[in-house]
Amino acid sequence: MSNKLILNGVSKSFGTNQVLKDVSLSISAGEVISFIGASGSGKTTLLRCINLLEQIDNGSIHLDDVEITKLGVDANPIRRRIGIVFQSFNLFPHMSVRKNITLALTEVLGKTADEASSIASTLLTRFGLSDKIDSYPDRLSGGQQQRVAIARALALNPEVLLLDEITSALDPELVGEVLDVVRELKGSGITLLLATHEMGFAKEISDRVCFLADGTVAELGSAEQIFTAPTDARTQQFLQRVISAGRLRG
Amino acid sequence: MVFLVPRMPRWDRVKKSFFDWDRLTDSFPHLLRAFVLDIKIFAWTTPAILIVAILIAIARSTRNPALFPVRIFVIAYTDIMRGVPVILWIYLVGFGVPGIGMDRPWNSPLIWGSVALGMTYSAYVAEVFRAGIESVHESQRAAARSLGLSSSQTMRHVILPQAIRRVVPPLMNDMVSLQKDVALVSLIGPIEILRQAGIDKAKFANFTPFIGAALIFLAITIPLTRFTDYLLTRERDRTGASKVR
Repeated sequence: MSNKLILNGVSKSFGTNQVLKDVSLSISAGEVISFIGASGSGKTTLLRCINLLEQIDNGSIHLDDVEITKLGVDANPIRRRIGIVFQSFNLFPHMSVRKNITLALTEVLGKTADEASSIASTLLTRFGLSDKIDSYPDRLSGGQQQRVAIARALALNPEVLLLDEITSALDPELVGEVLDVVRELKGSGITLLLATHEMGFAKEISDRVCFLADGTVAELGSAEQIFTAPTDARTQQFLQRVISAGRLRG
Repeated sequence: MVFLVPRMPRWDRVKKSFFDWDRLTDSFPHLLRAFVLDIKIFAWTTPAILIVAILIAIARSTRNPALFPVRIFVIAYTDIMRGVPVILWIYLVGFGVPGIGMDRPWNSPLIWGSVALGMTYSAYVAEVFRAGIESVHESQRAAARSLGLSSSQTMRHVILPQAIRRVVPPLMNDMVSLQKDVALVSLIGPIEILRQAGIDKAKFANFTPFIGAALIFLAITIPLTRFTDYLLTRERDRTGASKVR
């Protein structure tokens, strides 16, 4: 399999706080990889760096063997190929669901309003939200908002989708409907990178799992290996805590 | 107040010189006619102020390092415009610019008085817009940029529409204030309502025309404020979650 994304010694600091330390990773096309780790371990920052929302201090990121972190690279065409879904949805509150999805289609891809609108309604139907197309985000439940946000990111037909703790702001009973959408995406050819606290889900859906600790890759392996036979002491400790908190059946 | 004031010893005299019904009806037509000029000045300065103010606010909010000099320029502009009393700008621009030898109609104090008013107000209103732009959460920008929108597309479609909705109340505050400050242009010549009231006051030796002028101002500014409240409520009902009791 070819490498979709390569991270080469990526470092990122906010002030004196170094959040990512020399992170190197290769991710294949169509792979599903989950990033787990304690809060503050750098999961979110890593995803934001890949989407170029944060500028990395050192190292490089390559998409299809082209470096996207080089100085002077236009970020906009790259962001079209790498979608991101945020923990807090970040829908545009002044726009209807339809407009949220079609905005980038018409403004960035230059599609006509009709084309964009039909893409939006196809996606919403697929996610069971066809009746919400003219609603405003504030009128939707968290789970519905997050599914709209996923639809918005998918509308641009990205090759890579970054899911940044997309269920962390949801009520427990709404988590399922969002995870179902992600399950459906797996195998569609899209490369999925998840930062997540849903260990059961990470174990079920991931090809590989990456355990981050203090901004470094502490352990990387198949989902099976990480969750059943972790070798790194920090991974063992982390999973022990997760299991005793009842978030993963051991 | 309503109870005590009429019991003051000289109330009768005040009542006669400020609340004379006949004088009011005499001067009212003059005042209304003069008020048309106020409305005209207001009507042509308002759009100019809003456009200039939004441009200033955007220039100040830009993060492009190449536009640093523009940012410095607009910061200086707002500081200078806000730092000097409006009336002084009206004198300086209204008398000064026509004085450099422009031909009619470009030497009219009316035009340059309005320009001075527009210049100062655009600086105030720009700050209101800027506060609105900065109040839109960074995550909105992140969401827009992550979809591949450029920074100007993000500003136009995502940031500004939300910013403007949020600043409508303080914006209306400035517009009501402008509606009244239009009267200051009269100080360099044009006969608008306040000056007309002054003329009638002198003619009748009675202050009632000023009361008439005040009533006319209120008749415009109060509905304007109520209308804005209505628009805001409607917008909230359309997009917002249900209200908390």
